Amino acid sequence: MRTAPTTRLGLRLLALGYLVLLLALPIALILVRTFSPGVEAFLASVRTPAALSALNLSLLIVALVVPLNVGFGVATALALVRGRFRGRGLLQAVVDLPFAVSPVVVGVSLILLWGAGGWFGGVESLGFRVIFGVPGMVLATVFVTLPFVVREVEPVLHEIGTEQEEAAATLGAGAWQTFWRITLPAIRWGLTYGVVLTIARSLGEFGAVIMVSSGFPGVSQTLTLLVHARYIDDHNTYGAYAVATLLMGLAVLTLLLMTLLDRKRSTR
Amino acid sequence: MITVTGARKAYGSFAALDGVSIDIPAGSLTALLGPSGSGKSTLLRSIAGLEDLDEGRVVIGGEDVTQVPPQKRGIGFVFQHYAAFKHMTVRDNVSFGLRIRRRPRAEIARKVDELLEIVGLDGFQHRYPAQLSGGQRQRMALARALAVDPQVLLLDEPFGALDAKVRADLRRWLRRLHDEVHVTTVLVTHDQEEALDVSDQIAVLNAGRIEQVGTPDELYEQPATDFVMSFLGAVASLDGALVRPHDIQLEREPAGAVRTRGTAQVRARVERVVRLGFEVRVELLAEGSGDRFAAQLTRAVAQRLALRPGEVVRAWAPVHDEARPLPSTAGVAV
Ligand SMILES: Nc1ncnc2c1ncn2[C@@H]1O[C@H](COP(=O)(O)OP(=O)(O)O)[C@@H](O)[C@H]1O
Ligand SMILES: [Mg+2]
Repeated sequence: MRTAPTTRLGLRLLALGYLVLLLALPIALILVRTFSPGVEAFLASVRTPAALSALNLSLLIVALVVPLNVGFGVATALALVRGRFRGRGLLQAVVDLPFAVSPVVVGVSLILLWGAGGWFGGVESLGFRVIFGVPGMVLATVFVTLPFVVREVEPVLHEIGTEQEEAAATLGAGAWQTFWRITLPAIRWGLTYGVVLTIARSLGEFGAVIMVSSGFPGVSQTLTLLVHARYIDDHNTYGAYAVATLLMGLAVLTLLLMTLLDRKRSTR
Repeated sequence: MITVTGARKAYGSFAALDGVSIDIPAGSLTALLGPSGSGKSTLLRSIAGLEDLDEGRVVIGGEDVTQVPPQKRGIGFVFQHYAAFKHMTVRDNVSFGLRIRRRPRAEIARKVDELLEIVGLDGFQHRYPAQLSGGQRQRMALARALAVDPQVLLLDEPFGALDAKVRADLRRWLRRLHDEVHVTTVLVTHDQEEALDVSDQIAVLNAGRIEQVGTPDELYEQPATDFVMSFLGAVASLDGALVRPHDIQLEREPAGAVRTRGTAQVRARVERVVRLGFEVRVELLAEGSGDRFAAQLTRAVAQRLALRPGEVVRAWAPVHDEARPLPSTAGVAV
């Protein structure tokens, strides 16, 4: 009994110390390094043509990946929850594969598939560049973010059941009308979370993307690749800190959006 | 108006509907009554087209709709758990079917106002379902189903999730509504009181089959099977025969009285005499078999007999054997 409070305090300090050491300290350090030369220096560093192009590319990838994941994710979730077909168990397992497989492996296998000499490598000779082009980066990002929408939407679909949809059918609504007017509004919060997670991960993905990108500054560098390139290749450590801060800013923005949406939801 | 012929539906090797045929007259309120798992919902959902039959036909208003999807069957369906569109206001819920049908705005507005008034929700039209009580939600669901002028209204235990008081109020209200609107209505329920209270016709289901169809009086007075008899109203087992407690007569008589044909009789010891307002319930213990049963007497009869616990009486009741032509599993040796 007497040791309990001290033990508890000790455990708390340990947990706090762990968090500070692993999360807060590195982030704080980057922020300090970024802004110690002043905001001007930061702005200059993230406004170089290479940085702007990287920002554009990262956002472009997000803009392409999100609709793909929404479409595929909702369809897959519907199939998993409502479908009665062979291979449902297999599909369940496959959806989680990106969580289990290292992004680097994803990159390598995409090269094997789409690269020169790969199964689908032929498309390159048709003038459609997948590997070392934007399509490859999009594919890699789609792969690693694939589970988010599915896994967020699935439990919501379970929860709402099929009665509302059946009611809509008896009232004359066809399959599409029911989907747009009943199912989609009912799953919108799960979908929103899935999209937010997808955005965050798409912005931050590095391992899979570096394998399939040619990495030319101003052409095929995403923000994460730019951080890497500035730090390792150019020894421009300050530039790396600045872009890292920009990445963090985008992530914070995404989280903020999610919190706002969450608040809007609870007032309903 | 609705005719189901030879309906069969199996889930795996289990037959949820095992050859069901029924006629539901136009403008009637018919109850599908039966214990849980007897196939009531399956039958109702098959009429609606929400379930496909393995065999059999469904005809609504003269048209064979067996292959017609629910959207085109001209039905209104009300679910036990309301199936309210949670993200829509009461008004949008009720107008849903009309909006799907692209009716003119003015017509929708007029119709919805009218329905909201009928179901007593005119003050609630801008609320969301989460802001309504269970009874209000179900009235909204009813208005929503009625908005599209269905040929038939199908209700699957619509009051099952409500508490007893609201349930009784709502079913009387439904009956009055039906008397006004006259839409052919099928009500699924496992509650015999509810079925007796509101319906013109009752179909009793048991294990995927229809046991009997008839008016509440017919089913109560002339049950075709022991199952129907014990499902509707109280029963007592007298010498192996099922009888109504109020049909049992008690006499103070010497033992060994002659057994008349057409009656079930037994000697029994009075255990308790309970006064229930106008009626008196006498709880008895049959000699020999040791069965416990109760007889329901009028107050006058009870006063005349002045029974006391411990006394032995002869209990007898007429057995409507001729009224129950179907073979039954129990009480064969009467
Ligand atoms: N989708 C289903 N899958 C398997 N069995 C079902 C399904 N729906 C109903 N059943 C079975 O069919 C029988 C009848 O069900 P139901 O019509 O819902 O009964 P009730 O409405 O009379 O309670 C039950 O035994 C139930 O378990
Ligand atoms: Mg049921």
